[in-house]
Amino acid sequence: MARYIVRRMLWSVLLLILVSAVVFILFYVFPSADPAQLRAGRQANEDQIQAIRESLGLDHSVLTQFWIYIKGVFTPLDLPGTDAHGPLYFGRSYQSNADVFDVIKADLPATVMLVIGAVVIWLAIAIPVGIISAIKSRSLLDRTTMITTLAFISAPVFWLGLVALYLFAQDVGLIPIFPGIGSYAEADSFAGKVGSMLLPWFVLAAATAAIYARYLRSQMIDVMGEDYIRTARAKGLPEKRVIMKHALRSAITPIVTLLGLDVAVLLAGNAILTETVFNIPGVGAETYNAIKRSDLPMIQGITLFGAFFIVTLNLVVDIAYAYLDPRVRYE
Amino acid sequence: MSGEPLIRVEDLKVHFDTDDGIVKAVDGVSFSVSRGEMLGIVGESGSGKSVANMTILGLTRAPNALISGRIEFDGKNLVDLDEEGMREIRGSQISMIFQDPLSSLHPFFKVGKQLVEAIQVHQDLDDDAAMARAVELLGLVGIPDPERRVGEYPHEFSGGMRQRAMIAMALTNDPKLLIADEPTTALDVTTQAQILRLIERLRQEFGMAVIMITHDLGVIAEVADRVQVMYAGQVVESGSLEEIFYNPQHPYTWGLLGSLTRIDKPRRARLSQIAGQPPSLIALPAGCHFRNRCPHAFDRCTQMPPLEERIPERGHTDRCWLPPEQKKTLRMSSAGEIGLEEPAA
Repeated sequence: MARYIVRRMLWSVLLLILVSAVVFILFYVFPSADPAQLRAGRQANEDQIQAIRESLGLDHSVLTQFWIYIKGVFTPLDLPGTDAHGPLYFGRSYQSNADVFDVIKADLPATVMLVIGAVVIWLAIAIPVGIISAIKSRSLLDRTTMITTLAFISAPVFWLGLVALYLFAQDVGLIPIFPGIGSYAEADSFAGKVGSMLLPWFVLAAATAAIYARYLRSQMIDVMGEDYIRTARAKGLPEKRVIMKHALRSAITPIVTLLGLDVAVLLAGNAILTETVFNIPGVGAETYNAIKRSDLPMIQGITLFGAFFIVTLNLVVDIAYAYLDPRVRYE
Repeated sequence: MSGEPLIRVEDLKVHFDTDDGIVKAVDGVSFSVSRGEMLGIVGESGSGKSVANMTILGLTRAPNALISGRIEFDGKNLVDLDEEGMREIRGSQISMIFQDPLSSLHPFFKVGKQLVEAIQVHQDLDDDAAMARAVELLGLVGIPDPERRVGEYPHEFSGGMRQRAMIAMALTNDPKLLIADEPTTALDVTTQAQILRLIERLRQEFGMAVIMITHDLGVIAEVADRVQVMYAGQVVESGSLEEIFYNPQHPYTWGLLGSLTRIDKPRRARLSQIAGQPPSLIALPAGCHFRNRCPHAFDRCTQMPPLEERIPERGHTDRCWLPPEQKKTLRMSSAGEIGLEEPAA
């Protein structure tokens, strides 16, 4: 097992280097504004732009730039033209000159809080709904919940967010009970931040909760037809134990895989719409700004972070799976 | 094999209301089993043999299931017994083992744990005592090194070992009746024989009654005292092992016997087969359900023959209008051999 994990981690590093290379190539191959020109502003002359280009290291060849970048991220070697060095040096923003790592570190808490809260809510909704729908399969209750979930899956997050604000936000809502746009940045206590997250949590959780509920329902229905469920009943186990222990144990295992990836993708900045609608200063919002300004180091940094979350959580999921399903064994 | 029957099933009907119509899975089945007796129930897939026996344990109860008739066991009618009463009987007084032991054991729980669970649901034992009992049971069914084996998962067991573990699980609470639903079908031939011998040995040791459900007459021939042949949700013939094998009365039984391979006879060019398909349980033919596939059908077969004794004094009942004397000549497909006619080449 230990060997397996070490091997997976080495592969992960290689994968991350590959991801940076792809971002580099995309950035240079596809047309985008010249970062030096953007930084210099409208009035700048050619010399000023050239000076900025040199200070940003853009005068080097793409290959050299890439090498410097990789050196900064993965090694403690000195970097030419700066006093900074790695590891985990992702360069400085073209726009604000801030250290990319610091910016991401500052953005993460909001995103992490948003994602964790949403995960708790979507699991808390999806698991009971999925189980009950499966047991009462084809009943009126089941049909009603399944249609409701379909509605939530179909509703785009930005639309759902706006509707939620229109209905419940304290400033503009019809029933003003929850803090609205921008309240996260304004809140100065943890309790205040939690309050400000309530609407975004539900909005972000809605579609996923619906997907998970449907998925768990179909898993449960499949599992309830398995021979070992019949055996559990034939043993004389109470039905509650058959469902909650024997059936749920099998049905929930694939959910773990799904959950790992969904959390990773959200941490990687996929909560961008929710963060934008509610004006939450998280990784998603930062991504949006960085793309708008052709800020390669920021884009690069956030992408790498995202890739890192995905790769790491994938590994965690695989290890967890080996514990959950004894038939899966790694050597 | 004498005295008051342990379980008596009377006119059991299990129908399922589906979108396509009423499925008459079991349609008026009666039988009884005495203490220590082994009843063999034979029939092809869909003949209702499994459904009838799962109904004994209340495992077919579903919102769309229409169950009627009586199942008398231990002074109770199991058809009317509430879920909690049924649960107390399952796995303690009546146990069941199934066809595919790999899919019948939970893949995520250790074998020992699954046994402990079966023990603790009916007995007030702590974990250590229950585990000790689990080890003892695995040893009893012939699993070598049971102390180590309790800590393994089902996928680490071989097919025969898994079925042994299933049997151990069924024995945890010394049941009076064991229902074995095709226990050897998923196993290779040598393992089949071992499992049958094990069930036979345990029956003798514990004096429990066994209902052996199978489509394989070879299995029945080895272990059963009495045999019941089912077709399309009904019993078509019932009698002692001897009677069914040497004096079969129903053309369907002839077909089953004729399709056996035999090592005591020269091999025929082709094994005979029963023509056609079993009827749909939703739209059963009027009269005898077998008549569409029966080469000996005549006018009277449009009426359903009752299950009754047609040769006196032999405890042998069947559902066929043909006179017994005529059957004697009809059932010989070639000299000394029982079966339907050879299929047209």
